[in-house]
Amino acid sequence: MRKPENLILIIGALLLLVIMPLMNAYGTAGSPLHVSDYTINLWGKYLSYALLAISVNLLWGYTGLLSLGQCLFFSLGGYALGMHLMLKIGKLGQFYKAGNNPLELPDFMVFMGKTELPGHWIPFHNFWFAALMVFVVPGMVAFLFGWLAFRSRIKGVYFSILTQALTYAASLLFFQNKFTFGGNNGLTDFKTLLGADLNAADVRRNLYIATVILLFTVLLLVKWLLGTKFGKVQKAIRDSENRVLFSGYATTTFKLFIFVLCAVIAGAAGALYVPQVGIINPSEMTPDKSLEAVVWVAVGGRGTLLGPVYGAIFVNALKSWATTAYPDYWLIILGGLFVLAVLFTPNGMAGLPQQIKDIIAWFKRRAANRHAEAAAATPA
Amino acid sequence: MIKSYLVKAALTLCVAAATLAPQVRAADTVKVGVLHSLSGTMAISETSLRDVLLFAFDEINKSGGVLGKQIEPVVVDGASNWPLFAEKAKQLLEVDKTAVTFGCWTSVSRKSVLPVYEKNNGLLFYAVQYEGEELSKNIFYTAEAVNQQATPAVDYLLAEGKKKFYLLGSDYVYPQTTNLVLLEYLLSKGVPLANIGGGLSKDSDGKVISAGKYTPFGHTDYQQIVAEIKKFAASGDACVVSTLNGDTNVPFFKEYAAAGLTAEDCPVVSFSISEDEFRGLPADQLVGQLGCWTYFQSIQSPANKKFITNFTDWLKTTEVPGIQKEGRVTCSPMVLSYDGVYLWKAAVEKAKSFDVDKVRTVLESGTISFSGPGGKVTMQKNHHLTKNVYIGETTKDGQFKILKSFNNVVGEPFLKGTFKASDGKPAAAKKKKKG
Repeated sequence: MRKPENLILIIGALLLLVIMPLMNAYGTAGSPLHVSDYTINLWGKYLSYALLAISVNLLWGYTGLLSLGQCLFFSLGGYALGMHLMLKIGKLGQFYKAGNNPLELPDFMVFMGKTELPGHWIPFHNFWFAALMVFVVPGMVAFLFGWLAFRSRIKGVYFSILTQALTYAASLLFFQNKFTFGGNNGLTDFKTLLGADLNAADVRRNLYIATVILLFTVLLLVKWLLGTKFGKVQKAIRDSENRVLFSGYATTTFKLFIFVLCAVIAGAAGALYVPQVGIINPSEMTPDKSLEAVVWVAVGGRGTLLGPVYGAIFVNALKSWATTAYPDYWLIILGGLFVLAVLFTPNGMAGLPQQIKDIIAWFKRRAANRHAEAAAATPA
Repeated sequence: MIKSYLVKAALTLCVAAATLAPQVRAADTVKVGVLHSLSGTMAISETSLRDVLLFAFDEINKSGGVLGKQIEPVVVDGASNWPLFAEKAKQLLEVDKTAVTFGCWTSVSRKSVLPVYEKNNGLLFYAVQYEGEELSKNIFYTAEAVNQQATPAVDYLLAEGKKKFYLLGSDYVYPQTTNLVLLEYLLSKGVPLANIGGGLSKDSDGKVISAGKYTPFGHTDYQQIVAEIKKFAASGDACVVSTLNGDTNVPFFKEYAAAGLTAEDCPVVSFSISEDEFRGLPADQLVGQLGCWTYFQSIQSPANKKFITNFTDWLKTTEVPGIQKEGRVTCSPMVLSYDGVYLWKAAVEKAKSFDVDKVRTVLESGTISFSGPGGKVTMQKNHHLTKNVYIGETTKDGQFKILKSFNNVVGEPFLKGTFKASDGKPAAAKKKKKG
């Protein structure tokens, strides 16, 4: 599409995938060439948020479907892997060590008086089953919801409200302790993933690398998809769905496909997020989290390939910084930024260079006009 | 093209600067973390703890600091966002390298940071009443354990001649666990199952595994529940044990008063309403209802008077932005935070080191005490405190009139299964002298 985009992709991949991990693994602590484990872990979190933002953008920016419930799929992916991690705590659990949990149930179940593992938890002992569910569960939920919504021609703001209601309902369900997913506390205190200690520096680094690889794979996939005929139909749906419909395209199928694809991307992002952050609970499903993801996309640049990535990294980095530097005022800083971004940068951060260019061009033009006027005003 | 790259570079630098800058430290200070929500839904409660911690640090710094070092607080905002709590804990331990952290309010925030403290061998002091069933070697719980709040309250009510207990709570882990323990405790005291209200949940074999009525956070419709309580309380010897959280207390007590129920007919003992929460509640509707904490502002002791005066004076003069100066009260979580700071200071001074392992050994030795505003507290080997417990009745001005006190109650986190019905006596973990 545009050349700078390719260059940024290459530089970004080099920086995030090669240079940062190398600086983390081989830099001596304290030197300016060292990237700390903390930073790697933090960026792992930012980049899984970036993946979530890409899925929001693919729906909103390219298909015109504003999903206000994208965090539901993110959380479902997280829960699917979280369940496996929970079961793998096994003998390291506090109640097992205390000798009153011979079945190695997750601690919260012992807590709630459960004496056996609920049936739907059992297959999650197997990593590959859990990994599959990371994609299948969000995909299925999205398929069912999308099928019902799109078939009934629910669009625009009604679609947005419904997605928000969906994620809210899910959060209420997961908040209930009886629902066997840990209630308000959710799943936490994970110990190992595939036998590797989740707190070890190299495991954290590998999780970070996995996130970067998935991020760039998804970016390339989106870039490719947008170039295909499918991508053109997608944008056409965004701009005028009725026309596409009357031209003989089954828009429902297109929308359903993209909705499910985005749910799967969000689910995978959630699965990478959970082991790096160490907790998943229903507050991740509340509507404000999904709204936050929409804000990242708006700040970064809706309908641009890299905008959501910029937005997610920028806003979250700002949040990390401001919650320490200005703990009392950071919400005001963040809020002010959003207002400014919406008012003055319609294309977000990704559109900023072009906007600056335009402004410079405008000044130049004005200067040239003045010059011409001045020249015309001077009598020959 | 170049500009986008610059934006990216600037961004990276910005993050790098933010993460590296705090590493510069003066030699004669020690960094201490404060990890509370200063924004979001929990801010209303947690901000008070931040304030009292900063007050304690200033007080200590004025009298020479800890081991000759001035305390340098690192205040971060967990923003009522649990993954952010974990991130901030990592930052405090891995970047700022704080010697100790005082923080967390909700159980979920503590659960979220626990693995971080265990991995980095950090030290966290936790000051808010909680459900127990946890004992991390890296956390010291100055909080009330269930046997320092719920079971003394039940003892009091039994002594008052109450025979029926209705268990009501918000649906999260603290009420659920408290009620599980209370169920066992009540049975051990000879209260029959039929006299325990709120509903029982049974497993597939018909064995009772849990009790109590639970409503979601932010629940507003208590009509049906209050009607049920009214029926339950018709015999005149019933009471309600409430672990309802925050805002939901408003519609509950409104409905309770509207149904004609009073503290005389059927008192409600609440474990989540302290003086600080009263600031947001209609106090006149709660007059006569009961509370149970290890500190009340109304305690008449020289230590408490001094504490309140000093804190009020400090509020007037402090220049920390964002601190509310008017209409402030003190409450149990605040005092337990304050006690925690002094216990840590005493332990550091005895260990002559800020090293976490050494400080922990001293704290676990059972010799570290502090005579705080709520009376003397002593850190036990099991990371919980021995302290006084008070039962109070709420008054019109949002304070508590103390009705009874239990002295030197030993905090015990693992209570489930310790109360046996067979001998009719409470088993281990119950050493109580009436005061």
